[in-house]
Amino acid sequence: MIQVTITVNDREQTRVVEPRTLLVHFLRDELGLTGTHWGCDTSNCGACVVLMDGWPVKSCTVLAATASGHALRTVEGLEVDGVLDPVQQGFSEEHGLQCGFCTPGMMLTARALLDRNPDPSDLEIRQAISGQICRCTGYTTIVRSIRWAAEHSTEEVQR
Amino acid sequence: MCGGGEGVGADGRWPFEIDPGSERETALQVPAPFEYERATSIDHALELLTRLGPDAQLLAGGHSLLPMMKLRLATPGYLIDIDDLAGELGYVREHEDEIRIGAMTRHRELLESELLAGRLAIVTDAERVIADPVVRNRGTIGGALCQADPSEDLGAVCAAVGAQMVIRGADGERVLGMDEFHRGAYQTAIGPAEMLVEIRVPVREDSGSAYEKVDRRVGDWAVAAAGAAISLASGVIGHAGIALAAVGAEVRCAESEQVLVGEPPSDELFTRAAKLAAAASRPVSDQRGSAEYKRHVAAVLTERALARATARALGAER
Repeated sequence: MIQVTITVNDREQTRVVEPRTLLVHFLRDELGLTGTHWGCDTSNCGACVVLMDGWPVKSCTVLAATASGHALRTVEGLEVDGVLDPVQQGFSEEHGLQCGFCTPGMMLTARALLDRNPDPSDLEIRQAISGQICRCTGYTTIVRSIRWAAEHSTEEVQR
Repeated sequence: MCGGGEGVGADGRWPFEIDPGSERETALQVPAPFEYERATSIDHALELLTRLGPDAQLLAGGHSLLPMMKLRLATPGYLIDIDDLAGELGYVREHEDEIRIGAMTRHRELLESELLAGRLAIVTDAERVIADPVVRNRGTIGGALCQADPSEDLGAVCAAVGAQMVIRGADGERVLGMDEFHRGAYQTAIGPAEMLVEIRVPVREDSGSAYEKVDRRVGDWAVAAAGAAISLASGVIGHAGIALAAVGAEVRCAESEQVLVGEPPSDELFTRAAKLAAAASRPVSDQRGSAEYKRHVAAVLTERALARATARALGAER
């Protein structure tokens, strides 16, 4: 067993886990943060995407031990003080989800994209989410949702 | 959760054939137990490798090894995590007449490198079609080369451009070309207490390189892929490198390289060289296509890669 300390959504979390514990299971089973979805488990589908030091990673293919000492952001960390992230609001406005399984991963990748490129083209959005699968095939509305987020600030969401 | 008929491999994709209904197909999705160590420097990693012996394996970005471990195709007793070396070994820099790439440079960094886009466009070409953007945030060039998957792209890239692999052990460094480094599918010349630390690529005057790949969908393993590097001298080809991926070719296509050297570049010449390269490959029929189709694709892609590499050498295309 090893001790792992990860800053998750600005809160330091320490647990003692087996070295083979995958990050997705650490988040879901140890911390109870079930917003990170466990999908294909083969780094194909992207349902488990979280931000590690600001970069989207597939948490089914990262050890919790590797993430120790790093800062993570999960879907639970997108909303701040009751105010949705523009990405979340965009998915609501533009119907960016049907079943919702891919949504947390899609939103985190969108957040990371917009942090680096605040005004992405539709092509850039499509490229950014190309490692993630929406089995409802709702890609068009996902792209629109991310566009909406690019065009609206947090202040606008608050109002 | 595992797709039927195929298994997971490097970058989480699906190179292995697995019998439907077998134990593996029901998918053991958690690695077998192992002891975990975290290396804080190259020397520390080498010391751990020496102390823990051949049952220890290095974990770089994890996108080849962890999927293998989930399927119990790899069951190391110890994992030595070298993620912390991404600073020390994450770089792309020009050194005299070489470009030097640190083994822990991530795919994303290779794709975004202006230096590579300008001087070694074959890497940029390949990185655009390796896995997907999220996987590229973790996977490393060293991890990919050491996995030595026969369908992996960077092995062919390095072979085509004549890259040298810098391998460090307790006793110092040795430098191997891809012919010596690559020992067959999933096998390299790296010893149990050694690690790949750097990739050195010679940069020649009036040279260009390109990578062409056909895959079934974005981010998939290649059906077939071809890398080419050309340098020109007084209007003729002074040096040529050709390497194929995913079609059971030798590390480099020596015979077709020889056809090119000393000749002025032309479409007819490229067709001839491409046919030779494809003829020498040994693709297998699988879910990605028949052997005949793959050989055809390999020839077409070799031709295109040669034409693009030459256009770049002439400054006609970036």
